[in-house]
Amino acid sequence: MKPFSVALLALLLAGCGGPSGEVSQADPSKPHSGGTLRVALDGDPQCVDPQQAGNNTALNVGRQLVDSLTDQDPVTGAIVPWLAERWEVDADSRRFTFVLRQGATFSDGAAVDAAAVKANLQGILALGARSILGSTYLAGLKRIDTPDSHTVVVEFEQSNAQFLQATSTMTLGLLSPANLALSSGERCQGQLVGSGPFVLKSFVHNQKVSLSRREDYAWGSSLAAHTGKAWLDGIEFLIIPESGVRLGSLASAQIEVNTSVAPQDEPGIEGQGLVLLTRANPGVVFNLALNESTPLFADIKVRQALNKAIDRAELQRIISRYQKPATALLATSTPLYRDFSGLLAYDPDGARRLLDEAGWQVGADGVRVKDGKRLAFRLDYWQQTPILELVQQQLKGVGIDFQLNKSTISQVTAIQAGGDFSVRFLNLTRADPDVLRTVYDARGYNINKREPGEVDRLLSESSKTLDSAKRQGLIDQASELLLRDGHAIALVELATVLAHGKKVQGLHYEASSRLQFFDTWLQP
Amino acid sequence: MRGTALYLLGRGGQALLVLWAAFSLSFVILYALPSDPVSIMLNQSGEQSTVNQQQVAALRAQYHLDEPLAVQYGIALWHAVQLDFGNSIQSGQPVSASLAEALPKTAALALVSLAVALVLGVSLALVASLTRRRWLRDLLLGLPAVAVSLPTFWVGLLLLQWFSFGWHWFPAMGNQGFASLVLPTLTLAIPTSAVIAQVLARSLAATARLPFVDALRAKGLSPLRVLLTHVLHNAVIPILSLSGVIVGSLLAGSVVTETVFSREGVGRLAQGAVSTQDIPVVQGVVVLAALIFIAVNLLVDLLYPLLDPRIRGAAR
Repeated sequence: MKPFSVALLALLLAGCGGPSGEVSQADPSKPHSGGTLRVALDGDPQCVDPQQAGNNTALNVGRQLVDSLTDQDPVTGAIVPWLAERWEVDADSRRFTFVLRQGATFSDGAAVDAAAVKANLQGILALGARSILGSTYLAGLKRIDTPDSHTVVVEFEQSNAQFLQATSTMTLGLLSPANLALSSGERCQGQLVGSGPFVLKSFVHNQKVSLSRREDYAWGSSLAAHTGKAWLDGIEFLIIPESGVRLGSLASAQIEVNTSVAPQDEPGIEGQGLVLLTRANPGVVFNLALNESTPLFADIKVRQALNKAIDRAELQRIISRYQKPATALLATSTPLYRDFSGLLAYDPDGARRLLDEAGWQVGADGVRVKDGKRLAFRLDYWQQTPILELVQQQLKGVGIDFQLNKSTISQVTAIQAGGDFSVRFLNLTRADPDVLRTVYDARGYNINKREPGEVDRLLSESSKTLDSAKRQGLIDQASELLLRDGHAIALVELATVLAHGKKVQGLHYEASSRLQFFDTWLQP
Repeated sequence: MRGTALYLLGRGGQALLVLWAAFSLSFVILYALPSDPVSIMLNQSGEQSTVNQQQVAALRAQYHLDEPLAVQYGIALWHAVQLDFGNSIQSGQPVSASLAEALPKTAALALVSLAVALVLGVSLALVASLTRRRWLRDLLLGLPAVAVSLPTFWVGLLLLQWFSFGWHWFPAMGNQGFASLVLPTLTLAIPTSAVIAQVLARSLAATARLPFVDALRAKGLSPLRVLLTHVLHNAVIPILSLSGVIVGSLLAGSVVTETVFSREGVGRLAQGAVSTQDIPVVQGVVVLAALIFIAVNLLVDLLYPLLDPRIRGAAR
């Protein structure tokens, strides 16, 4: 058992390149206290409990209400102190010991102590599937000990390096023990008591969520630009479903922040003296995951041909200019990201050669044929994206008939649950490289429906260490294998694009490209 | 007196039948759809959900989604009879609370829109009937056809562009205060007023050709007096018959209007629930809408005999 010191860990993580958190041109010299920030959300948050929430609107609301044990630097990816002032992780990343800072309280007056942390983690575990993100973060939780009122020891059945980053998310943010006694439905509806810089005043569905400042707040994250309470008096999250109405409301100063800018509105915003703020979402980029239990994709040559047939530079022409083609399976803003664009080069001749070798010969209509079967497969998807039609054309160029069936989310989930699919189109936001294991591990979610192999061994090893050099090596090898063997065909990154008025200062994305308004202030 | 009681009892029976049919039909349609609300909830972010399958199964069992269809139907109907539609699967909120929160907002919008639509529609029909200038009448009677063909969302966005984003007269969103009601009311009232104007103008023209109008004219009454006190009274019956359609179009229009103007209400609630297959909420909205239709139709049937003596007696 060789514990890591916090300083060493921070130093190691700081060494890795990658994520870039942009800060709007704040004037840190003279922040102004006061004012209510009006923020447009594109849909109803449905459930504002950050421990249960899965959608971005709810997570953005929840982030302001709860604090987390740790915080994550959006620039370096390093995990830094927040409610926990220090921590130790054992050598195989199974036992995590957190020492809490003193003096923090929930807004009902209860202390943020070891018992509260334990109750929260147990509560999230008990939520099961209702904690859409948390159930993955806490998988394999074995026991939680509280040797004293400010020390918590969390132990897992198996190595679980991702847990440290998970403690920085709003999903594992802390609620008051009394609050945990309420039903999950009551908390969804806004009966939330956290220790965050803002408290929830009211939540009206399809209308707004109102937050007001907590005046005695004094335990901001070590990443915060200031100490004490938040600058803003309050925040009003207004639910505005129409993108054109969000744009017009921002331009006419009826709101200050539009959290969801539609690609077609981007040029208009720059012309109107508004500020655009963008960041790539960390995690797994948009990609095609192939079902290797089908005869077609059991053949590695076909999978590799697919990868070579895609011209990612051409994809750039039709996506938002704030979005980038994939250069790896992990997005550029993910900690331990490394550029693998060499494996993603456009090589149509190479693709044709591979398909020839695999026995697929060009047929009469240009589509390849083998043993009387056409080289055709269908994708059922629901996402709003222009890129798939272009991918379809590119694949046609090498004789592959890629059929697209745009459908509803319910139909697609039904098809996927039935297992009757050749390929899936997906992305997953997470500011930790362990997201690869979450999606592709053949002994876990196994999206490829394949037998375990070298990739899974590497992913499993990577979950055992927080030594950043060691972890980097393992993640690199796993990423390379996933791309090289065509388990995943990386396409483009997801980017979050928001716009705000000139008066808004100190607004920035946190590590998972969601919003933290603690340092945000309004010019009078 | 006894006749009236029997009549109302019969209508009550009919109403229950309609409610049951609406409930059962929507239930069957929702369950015939592929997938289920739990998988939709887990994928709500549009990103890949990686929740493990046992936990998903446990959640499905909580909503009885693992039971046979007949059992699920039985459970839902039994609760619905006790006016308990359960909790929304997406948000966990009791359906009755969601409806109670949303209904007053939509009712306010619909009633104000109806009033504005009546004023606009009736004025247009009357002016068109009174004018001697043929071109003006043709122009006025052409307006409803144009107004009905304008897409509601386009009208809404246009109004927003001018009156909210451009001139800052009215807020672009929300339910707060009278100012926030003006633009959505106009948006919703325009197509409704067009229907009223069209039907009323035609009915006025038909009534004006009846012999009793010639008699009144011969008596020396002014055309305006004849129109307002005698013709209008007789011409209004078709509008009354249209009430059901008008209420229906107001409810349907509220989905688009509430979305464009970011208002809370039954329309938004229904839209969200249908898109996420949130069965308890959809069922609550369907039963509520059915109740409103039943109430409006009953009211109209009771009003007919008061307006037109010829229907008295025949109605029973």
